[in-house]
Amino acid sequence: MNPVRKQRLLLILLLVAGVGVAVALALFALKENINHYYSPAQIVSGEAPIGQKIRGGGVVVPGSLKRDPGGLKVTFKVSDGEGEVEVEYTGILPDLFREGQGIVGTGKLDKNRRFIAEELLAKHDENYMPPEVQNAIDKAHKSEGNQ
Amino acid sequence: MNPELGLFALILATCLALLQSVVPLVGSYTGRLRWMSAGRSLATGQFIFTLLSFSCLVYAFLTDDFSVKYVASNSNSLLPSIYKFTATWGGHEGSLLLWILTLTGWGQVVALRSDKLPPELGARVLSVLGMVSVGFLLFILVTSNPFERLLPFPVQDGNDLNPLLQDLGMIIHPPMLYMGYVGFAVAFAFAIAALMGGQLDSAWSRWARPWTTVAWCFLTAGIALGSWWAYYELGWGGWWFWDPVENASLMPWLSGTALIHSLAVTEKRGLFKSWTLLLAIATFSLSLFGTFLVRSGVLTSVHAFASDPERGLFILAYLVLVVGASLTLFAFKAPEIRSKITFSLLSRETLILVNNVLLVTSCATVLLGTMFPLLVDALDLGMISVGPPYFNTLFVPMAMMLAFALGIGMMLNWKKGTVSWLVQQLRWIFLASVIGGVAFGFMYGDKFVISEALAIGLVIWVVLAILKDMYNKTRNASNLFAGLKKLKPSYYGMQLAHFGIAVTFVGAAMSTGYSLQKDIRMNPGDTVELGEYAFRFDGVKEIQGANYMANAGIISIFKDQKKVTVLYPEKRVYKVKGMPMTEAGIDGGFTRDLYVALGEPLGEGSWAVRLHIKPFVRFLWLGAMFMALGGLLAVSDKRYRVRLKKKAGIRSKTAKGKIAGKAVAGGRA
Repeated sequence: MNPVRKQRLLLILLLVAGVGVAVALALFALKENINHYYSPAQIVSGEAPIGQKIRGGGVVVPGSLKRDPGGLKVTFKVSDGEGEVEVEYTGILPDLFREGQGIVGTGKLDKNRRFIAEELLAKHDENYMPPEVQNAIDKAHKSEGNQ
Repeated sequence: MNPELGLFALILATCLALLQSVVPLVGSYTGRLRWMSAGRSLATGQFIFTLLSFSCLVYAFLTDDFSVKYVASNSNSLLPSIYKFTATWGGHEGSLLLWILTLTGWGQVVALRSDKLPPELGARVLSVLGMVSVGFLLFILVTSNPFERLLPFPVQDGNDLNPLLQDLGMIIHPPMLYMGYVGFAVAFAFAIAALMGGQLDSAWSRWARPWTTVAWCFLTAGIALGSWWAYYELGWGGWWFWDPVENASLMPWLSGTALIHSLAVTEKRGLFKSWTLLLAIATFSLSLFGTFLVRSGVLTSVHAFASDPERGLFILAYLVLVVGASLTLFAFKAPEIRSKITFSLLSRETLILVNNVLLVTSCATVLLGTMFPLLVDALDLGMISVGPPYFNTLFVPMAMMLAFALGIGMMLNWKKGTVSWLVQQLRWIFLASVIGGVAFGFMYGDKFVISEALAIGLVIWVVLAILKDMYNKTRNASNLFAGLKKLKPSYYGMQLAHFGIAVTFVGAAMSTGYSLQKDIRMNPGDTVELGEYAFRFDGVKEIQGANYMANAGIISIFKDQKKVTVLYPEKRVYKVKGMPMTEAGIDGGFTRDLYVALGEPLGEGSWAVRLHIKPFVRFLWLGAMFMALGGLLAVSDKRYRVRLKKKAGIRSKTAKGKIAGKAVAGGRA
């Protein structure tokens, strides 16, 4: 092989190896960091895994919000019309958090299937309904209609 | 009458754009000089009519013309005038009009300077720009007319501008970002024109480079402004969220950064030619893709208020057309412009290749992370989201490798280098960086954090490499000052931008690794200790704003018993929409920011309060400013201003064909 070809081959091998490593790493990182969304109905029915990081959410049930008198802990219930799940969160609630509003959060389920939220998503529009929640509500409506 | 005038002007601009995309192009193939030069006047006309149209919209906002639907949904008579002006681009239709205004503005500047280009190239560049603007003008006319009336029943008062956008940062963030996005259209046009002509030489890169660099500078500044805005306006104290909309601006930036480096090789060494063209196409396509993501409604976030599937479909079709057509052209024409120069494996070329591979790979990982949830959703496999850890685990190491490669690349010469030279140049710098990084890791903060130590080590590495390179370049001069004076602005620009990278690294590492944060319930009179500071909550007072009511917390901050400052974080409620919003109180400093935000009232005078201490967070944006300024400095270099001497000759009819050939002479070097 002449030197030019040899060099070109080396470059190409380097490139292929680099791209391969990058793709492998990317897929691994992706696999580790995907959070599936589970609707309240799915959480109640036991479809959602316990102790694994997931996304959950629904419409905040009016009258369900309770504050811890000493700290920043709050509990409230979210619903999609079919199931209701209790959510626990410690921290400052997003600006647009209101009862009757759709919210989505990331967190884990504890043994009693309570959703311990690490983060609640703040959305910047009062009419906004998270697509996940909208979807879950639509599904719940549909299954009601079929019965 | 005014809105109709605006619409009419817009339609006229569309007609001119149509002419601009056809006439100069046909002229360039048939050798008709008059047709070619028509591109310039058409570009000017297009710009003037778009400006007129935009002014009509601004006028409608300033005069509270709520019979215009777009004004009614984005403004209110109570809105302060400055925000009435900026509300012009506060929604979808208006920001699109601003986009087009920016595009035609760029077209106008290209037209003004195109007399320095060979006529064929200039004509083709203007034609391609015309095509790009036809697409956007049709988009606005067909799907998002900003001048639509609410007749015969106009509303009494408008729906108000989203409170998040009622902010000074918002006045300049979108125009800056658009200058960047749209500026890459010029780089794209140059690439397509080069493909059409089948010629790409170093003269071409000297013409294309300044446009690309300027666009990149604006995009850099735009992204930095957006990040700064998120930091102080969203009340969470973060500066980057890996939100799809942020990613949409980051992707063209990454590939644009690769492009300006690859262009440097194309200019200096005549290499990487087809790669450069491909990057130019990719960068502009990613800009379009960003627009698609933001405007189509596949994402919902602060930027995507009114979204509409029809609009998404239009942009998607346009995107497919642009990418498809340019890649087809590339496939046919690229073999004609292949470079035939070789370089050794250990050379600056290789290191720039490494830079490009890293940048393109990180761009691809961001793309994957942004698109994956959409794909999964589209295939009906469930609803997922990709969290920030994905981006951090992949992006941060790549940024670090990039900084490491930067130091090596700077020391190497073009064409060929030797290992012994590299070792001799870099061994002390390497040692100093390792020791510096490790020492920093142990000395700063409570515990050793490996990523922060690495980052600071790399900062030292980059800064020392820059200094060493400057020393090498001035060593042969009679004294240091004379040597420094001899160096070109483009060299200083490059080093300033690279220094900016180091500064941004400091900001990112320090604010990520050593920030202190507490979310806490506070009663009036309570004091909380955080780091070296004590925060005292002195209650809340009510404030009446122009169009909002606010509760302002009073928080006094002490250090060593001495008062540092008093901050007034606000919780506002905007009257028209009844929308609550957090306005953080920030005491900015060179080495640290004190950041407080008010949560919700918890009854009996107590409030939820968020307290942050963020070391060196300002370095993030300072570094970005250095990068942008470095780019501008590089563009000021004289070699980009060399005029074509054949100007007189071009006018003569007999020499038409030949001159153009000569102007691009030496094409396939």
